[in-house]
Amino acid sequence: MNLEKELRAKRDAGRKLLVPYVTGGLGGRWTDVVRAVADAGADAIEVGIPFSDPVMDGATIQEASQRALEIGATPAGIISQLETIDVHVPLVVMTYYNPVAHAGHERFANALKASGVDGAIVPDLPLDELGDWAVAADAADIETVLLAAPNTTDERLAAICARSRGFVYGVALMGVTGERDHLTKQAGAMGARCKAATDRPVLLGVGISNASQAVEAASSADGVIVGSALVRRLLDGGGPDEAAAFVAELRAGLDQSIG
Amino acid sequence: MTTQEFLISAPARGDRVLLGPPGPVPSAAGRFGEFGGRFVPETLIPALEELEAEFRTAWSSEPFRSEFAGLLESYAGRPTPVTECHRLSDRLGVRLLLKREDLTHTGSHKINNVLGQALLARRMGKQRVIAETGAGQHGVATATAAALFGLDCVVFMGAVDVERQALNVFRMELLGAKVVSVSSGSATLKDAINDALRDWVATVESTHYCIGSVVGPHPYPWIVREFQRVVGEEAREQSRVILGGNDPDVVVACVGGGSNAIGTFAGFLDTRSRLVGVEAGGLGLESGKHGAALARGVPGVLHGARSLYLQDEHGQILEAHSISAGLDYPGVGPEHAELAASGRAEYHIATDEEALSGLVLLSQMEGIVPALEPAHAIGWLAREVGKKVPLGSTVVVTLSGRGDKDAEQVAQRLGAELNK
Repeated sequence: MNLEKELRAKRDAGRKLLVPYVTGGLGGRWTDVVRAVADAGADAIEVGIPFSDPVMDGATIQEASQRALEIGATPAGIISQLETIDVHVPLVVMTYYNPVAHAGHERFANALKASGVDGAIVPDLPLDELGDWAVAADAADIETVLLAAPNTTDERLAAICARSRGFVYGVALMGVTGERDHLTKQAGAMGARCKAATDRPVLLGVGISNASQAVEAASSADGVIVGSALVRRLLDGGGPDEAAAFVAELRAGLDQSIG
Repeated sequence: MTTQEFLISAPARGDRVLLGPPGPVPSAAGRFGEFGGRFVPETLIPALEELEAEFRTAWSSEPFRSEFAGLLESYAGRPTPVTECHRLSDRLGVRLLLKREDLTHTGSHKINNVLGQALLARRMGKQRVIAETGAGQHGVATATAAALFGLDCVVFMGAVDVERQALNVFRMELLGAKVVSVSSGSATLKDAINDALRDWVATVESTHYCIGSVVGPHPYPWIVREFQRVVGEEAREQSRVILGGNDPDVVVACVGGGSNAIGTFAGFLDTRSRLVGVEAGGLGLESGKHGAALARGVPGVLHGARSLYLQDEHGQILEAHSISAGLDYPGVGPEHAELAASGRAEYHIATDEEALSGLVLLSQMEGIVPALEPAHAIGWLAREVGKKVPLGSTVVVTLSGRGDKDAEQVAQRLGAELNK
């Protein structure tokens, strides 16, 4: 599947895009969670490959990562389990650069492709350091999604939008992942700036915690990524049903917002 | 010469702080060979670019350099002396000189770097500084500089280290800093850096991250080396006075992240001296419980830089182990990785036990109680004279800090033994 093509088609059809994040390897039923979330209205799914030192993540995803690692999650294990997930939406992995570099760029990219993954998000691999990974990912047809932040300069934003594949990930606030009580003003500004800079799908993520925040954020962009709010439900003992219910709630909110 | 004659030689203390010319600038991408770089979330890119530009300008500006030198002199107490260790030299069979960073204000070399970074923070108009700390020495130094400059200060410290360095926690709080105990991961220095980075991602526009070692994304390894090179510049000139114009045969410093070592080495890179870094051997390399990233690490990326890190077969970072909180780090600064790769410096280990015996040895032979970190350098030397260090060698060891902070921990380990 081509991530960007899928997302563009849905966006162009007037839909607001929803990309939930699930920590890979978190509990024995995580692949069921991914399937359930797909059926509940996700347009793509971000699967986290846990890393020991996730500096872009707040407490929730840190805890999820640590729990997954403690019960034996490995990058190779998660990628091979992804192969068993037959969903109708694109899959994107999110991980940090060290596991990628450790596996080797080509090997990692090829493993993703072999498992049916379409894209990758590596938040500690900024534009300037993309080099060898981008070559390997492009060759394997893995779309590398780049992040733009509220303090990114216009010039740099243009370069990020040009080099990003799949979509552009607009960071909705100054900070790491995690639920927040309110959406910041930066979210709307980030969405508007990204939209002005590119025709690629623009998704806002980080800090988007519920349906009303998702609707608000999506009004300035093409859609949203929701991670910690979903993962917290899983940490609290929720399974596929709870995950699906939450994603359905987000989906309904977004669908209603476009009338 | 008799011991009596030795005793009349006063410590060699240069006239003034020796701030040598700026050292080599890393490549545009912040690389030292294949190591270094800037692997950080996008949010931090503008701050790192700003910091790099600010440092580039400041470091070649005379007013900045004289203000820095003035602070090092009047506030930090530089130049620190080089002390010749007569009794221990006799015992070991070498001629041993110590570069006395333990005599600086706050008791370790960390003060050099934080004064420089506090000046940079002020230039950039940042009112808040954050720092990570392992042993607490960098945290105390940062809290000190923050008090001096009237900046808000938050120090991140692993929960394990908060426990074993309780005195330093109190010192930081006394100086007006807030200490955040970090319980994620291994709850040591690595995790303190993670949390400092997370704070910085959220506060970067008003906050300067005062990194304490030659680790982290470009330009930190470069900046910290430059602010620490005064250690090596002074040591070189001072030891030449003592050694009749010659450079020492061997220069030794302990390596955690590697800031005192890189500062020391910077002064001797262009000499013929052998450069030796001593990593934390912990319970021994074979035990897997150590902090020897140069000996056992593999290339990877952590905390913004490509370097050598202890990691498992899946690329997960491993917990380090060391008796000394300051060396309890699973990585090492990228410039050390390059110095090891090029062969200009060599890196060895000393175990927890060897560090403890080094600490006792220096205490009882010279009346100088070293911190557990540089006690590794002493312990290594004591083990290696006649082996890696030929008898009769002249040796400079950087004594990066004093041992007061470790008194309680050492008492627990050695109290019963010493009373026998």
